[in-house]
Amino acid sequence: MQIIQPHYHAIARTAQDYERMAMSGVVAVCEPAFWAGFDRRHPETFIDYFAQISEFEPTRAAEFGIRHYCWVAVNPKEAENKELTDEVLQQMPEFLEKPTCLGVGETGLHKSTPNEIESLEAHVDLAMKHDQLVLIHTPHLSDKAHGTKTVLEVLAGMEVNPDKIWIDHVEEQTIGSVLNAGYWAGMTLYPVTKCSPRRAVDILEKYPRERLLVNSSADWGPSDPFTLQESIVEFRRRGHSLQEAVEIYHNNPCRFLGQNPKWDIKPITIYEE
Amino acid sequence: MLNPQNTLDTYYLEARRDLLEVAAMLDRYDEAVKRDGSKAENESKKDSLLKAMEILAQPDHPDANRAEQLLDHFAKIS
Repeated sequence: MQIIQPHYHAIARTAQDYERMAMSGVVAVCEPAFWAGFDRRHPETFIDYFAQISEFEPTRAAEFGIRHYCWVAVNPKEAENKELTDEVLQQMPEFLEKPTCLGVGETGLHKSTPNEIESLEAHVDLAMKHDQLVLIHTPHLSDKAHGTKTVLEVLAGMEVNPDKIWIDHVEEQTIGSVLNAGYWAGMTLYPVTKCSPRRAVDILEKYPRERLLVNSSADWGPSDPFTLQESIVEFRRRGHSLQEAVEIYHNNPCRFLGQNPKWDIKPITIYEE
Repeated sequence: MLNPQNTLDTYYLEARRDLLEVAAMLDRYDEAVKRDGSKAENESKKDSLLKAMEILAQPDHPDANRAEQLLDHFAKIS
């Protein structure tokens, strides 16, 4: 089965992960800019990071026949530094022109501070002005419900096209409000801290699937790129067809990401006898 | 060995995850009942899980033997 990893932090992972993903059917990964585990002090560090994910990382993925795309943003944790955020935002349009850059992300909220909210608004505004897709991170654990509500309030006060906005890391307590507002919703499957493969399949069975995306967890912390495949196995084990799986794990990412013409992987149909 | 605070801090998130899995499993069962319009012919496994949670919810376990109590409890279910 062909699989797309819509949210994958490749710079934190090994070549062996690429190799195993390729063996399991992954054809493309999308790498949003994220927090490195420490707060970067210089805008130039972001610029080098954006160059890494837009220029170098596609070559590493290509060694294994995997397409690599990226997103650029100042993540919510570092958005607390206003001066740094402003300087990076000024240089982001250059990277939005890169042939594998799909949009602005991951922006969003962490603790929902005034500076984070201001940064989220600036990122969304930049994206809309440049007709870009937006990937929005929602907070972890106990901050999630409040942070997601705040994201939706911020977006409601702006002129945005919900078709182009993906709100990520939804769980049972937040998915309804995100879908009801017309946005795409992403589930991120972690071994401990976010949604699990089985709970993701529960959600897939309960909600309309047309705007749902499923991501593995793949970063420098406790995470596992193969939680995505775990959820596919769980989905199939419950009796859903291969085509239904393809719709979720391959075609939905194609439909959302394909709004950017740089994304040229098309939805596929499986012919079963 | 871990002190009391370290014990909670070390294992809280994993225990939270495991409880969420139990909650989701029970929700999954209820959704299946809604879809099929009838309960399982034999609900003893569900009842057993609910009873296990009652045991866990008791405030005092002076012998710190919750796991042993649950194993004895689950042994009654075939």
